[in-house]
Amino acid sequence: MTNHWFRRVLPIALWQLKQDRVRIPVWIMSFLAVTLTTVTLFESLYPSAEDRMQLAHSVVNPAITALLGPAYGVDNYDVGAILAHQMLLFTAVVVAVMSILIVTRHTREGEEEGRAELISSLPVGRLSNLVSTLLVQFIVYAILSLFIGLALVSINIPSVTIEGSFLYGAALGVTGFFFAAVTAVMAQLSETARGTMGLSFAVLLTFYLIRAIGDVSYEPLSWFSPLGWMLESRVFVENNWWMIVLVFGVAVLIGMFAMYLNAIRDIGAGLLPSKSGKPHASKWLKSPLGFTIRMQRTSIIAWSIGMFVFGATYGSVLVETDTYVAEIEIMAQMLGEDLGTGIELIEQFIVMLGVIISIAATIPMILSVYRLSKEEKNNRIEQVAATALSRRKLLGSYVVTALIVSLLVMGSAAFGMALAGTLTLDELAFSTAFNAIIVYLPATWIMIGLAALFVGLGKFKGLTWLYLGYAFIVVYLGGILEFPSWMKSLSPYELVPGLPVEEMNWSALFSLLMIFVALIIMSLQVYSKRDLKG
Amino acid sequence: MSVLETQGITKRFGEVEALKGVDLNVGKGEVLGFIGPNGAGKSTTIRVLLGIIKANSGEAKIFGQDVWKDAVELHKRMAYVPGDVNLWPNLTGGQVIDYFISLRGAQVNKERKLELVERFQLDPTKKCGTYSKGNRQKVALIAAFAAEADLYILDEPTSGLDPLMERVFQQCVIEAKERGSSVLLSSHILSEVEKLCDHVAIIRDGAVIESGSLTELRHLTRTHLYIETKASVDLSDELGVFEWKQEKDGYSFQVDSDSLSSVMKKVSEHGLLKVESAPPTLEDLFMRHYETGGDNS
Ligand SMILES: Nc1ncnc2c1ncn2[C@@H]1O[C@H](COP(=O)(O)OP(=O)(O)O)[C@@H](O)[C@H]1O
Ligand SMILES: [Mg+2]
Repeated sequence: MTNHWFRRVLPIALWQLKQDRVRIPVWIMSFLAVTLTTVTLFESLYPSAEDRMQLAHSVVNPAITALLGPAYGVDNYDVGAILAHQMLLFTAVVVAVMSILIVTRHTREGEEEGRAELISSLPVGRLSNLVSTLLVQFIVYAILSLFIGLALVSINIPSVTIEGSFLYGAALGVTGFFFAAVTAVMAQLSETARGTMGLSFAVLLTFYLIRAIGDVSYEPLSWFSPLGWMLESRVFVENNWWMIVLVFGVAVLIGMFAMYLNAIRDIGAGLLPSKSGKPHASKWLKSPLGFTIRMQRTSIIAWSIGMFVFGATYGSVLVETDTYVAEIEIMAQMLGEDLGTGIELIEQFIVMLGVIISIAATIPMILSVYRLSKEEKNNRIEQVAATALSRRKLLGSYVVTALIVSLLVMGSAAFGMALAGTLTLDELAFSTAFNAIIVYLPATWIMIGLAALFVGLGKFKGLTWLYLGYAFIVVYLGGILEFPSWMKSLSPYELVPGLPVEEMNWSALFSLLMIFVALIIMSLQVYSKRDLKG
Repeated sequence: MSVLETQGITKRFGEVEALKGVDLNVGKGEVLGFIGPNGAGKSTTIRVLLGIIKANSGEAKIFGQDVWKDAVELHKRMAYVPGDVNLWPNLTGGQVIDYFISLRGAQVNKERKLELVERFQLDPTKKCGTYSKGNRQKVALIAAFAAEADLYILDEPTSGLDPLMERVFQQCVIEAKERGSSVLLSSHILSEVEKLCDHVAIIRDGAVIESGSLTELRHLTRTHLYIETKASVDLSDELGVFEWKQEKDGYSFQVDSDSLSSVMKKVSEHGLLKVESAPPTLEDLFMRHYETGGDNS
């Protein structure tokens, strides 16, 4: 009878491993590389106990806690404790992402594309595919845990203990397995691969946020998140193995629940009624601009929230500038040589944050414009271009959408930094911090213009990214490497007055605006003239 | 006056010469079957007609206006269905239909839309990501036929439809024709073209090698004959006779339409007992061009 359910689990598992023979090793190698690089970096950046205490002092604040989890062992903040605090949650979340992607592929995606039907017509058990998937995931995460543990032991740092090293690996592995089980459940509920991933990511995000709120304001709340349990293992500080066992145990229960759900449903069907959508389009959706914005809605919201958090994180560490920045020589060099004190130093720091945050905020703007060439690549433009919509209007609506994105992401980053900054720092005016970021809007528009030009041309799209990378390097390494000034002035971000240290310069901003307009006119022109590819 | 007229359009993609002089002509209320094997240049021609790509040379006019320069103006009167329909996975079929209709500058007529949705048996509340190829094609077809157009350009529109839905599609084309609209129907399903089209144009290797009304073209092809005669007969060397074959009780062969009467005269001299003839099909026409390399036209 068990054969009826579990027949040929092993051959299917081997088959899945074969399909992932490149993907999984690449993931595992990346985790190893990131972990080893960061731990050696921590070791070299904070060689003395004093350095580390300094760091400990600056990381104990709500923003960092919300992002990375609570800092354990701050009274003896050694490299092990730093690693566990700065890297564990972040890496675990990425492991969870890997898990969601891989499990979706082997479960719902296979069913959606009809592969599962083919397999189930062979003499295999009804649950064999799901059990194989979970088995493979178990093996993969066991290997990941072991390798991470061995790698950490091998670098031979005293505070990175043997027990802690293996626990660190196990914490990552068990998180991966937990989300493999969660995704397995979602694959039974949703009818599509997209839906499965959407639900699983929603669960991951919810657990992350529950833990963030819990860690910052109400600790019992963190007990409702497996990420909270995982962090509660306090790797390198207390090494609570029981927490890992707890996560694993619950994961096994969830995996069994997934099997139960799989047993009671038909192949191809989902247990959640597939949500039926609207049979008609709203007036808003029928306009090209409304349509474009609607297609990007989710990512616009996500980037706005992300940039708000980004801004707020830096806003909240402004108060530490005195102690934090001045101590780190490299940072000080970045700010330029003559270091003032107090608010002056903070203002210089704000100027640098303004550029860096603006450059980061430019990424979603470029992506937004590049959506149009993705439409072309996916062969969806042809049907749109065959309607009475002109190419100018088509590209135009993507440019307008990108401009809206620019206002939203820059606005939320500026708002986040100003809010967190003024809450923690009395001398700081809200408008000072806010304007320091918002003043870069015209520079980001140059990037929108360039992106539009390359979409118009239908080639050289990599150049926009290269140019953005250049702008970043000029700012980030400019102070240390002392680039000649002409090199700096090639970056649009350098033409913007660095508020509040420099004076407002309207004519510079106006010039940027004019360049933007010229770029857009050119891109509309070339886009109307070329062959569309699909 | 012709609704669509092209003269010698050529198109190169780098080294590949996809179109080497395409001449087409579609009159008002006419359905033109545009046939040719894969890679012959049907879709490329249609892309030129839609102003999606620009021809290297030649002239292409729709309603007397240039297809490239006046594309937007022209598209208000046209509807297009591609062979491979790609949609947005997170929108429903109904939403996409409305979007396409609105982009054409037409009002969404809900009654007409629902009627077509019913006839094509599409669930418009499902996300496009869950649709099969056939269902995606239905979305494009409904969007095309839900608002009237003066010219429909259809590029192998039935490649994913089942036979029942093919019938619905054919009905839609016939209705459009009755309203006075013109249709350019690219296809390699010959029976469909035979059913719907008054004219055909055959494209091969980027050039139209044959075009005209179906009756005209049938002239150019061979009739299949089977005869039984009193006396034995051998016409295998006769001009215009092909594939002469002796069967159990008679002979089967093919005759060029031009030689039909002279051959029949000869045969009747031998005491004709029985004649069976199959009319030339479009398939014969098509095959003749492709199997023999098209150099006998
Ligand atoms: N964008 C392109 N780049 C290069 N070659 C192309 C492109 N589009 C079409 N072709 C080539 O042009 C020829 C005609 O293709 P197509 O018009 O799609 O044929 P059909 O629609 O009749 O099957 C083919 O040889 C094809 O490979
Ligand atoms: Mg084609």
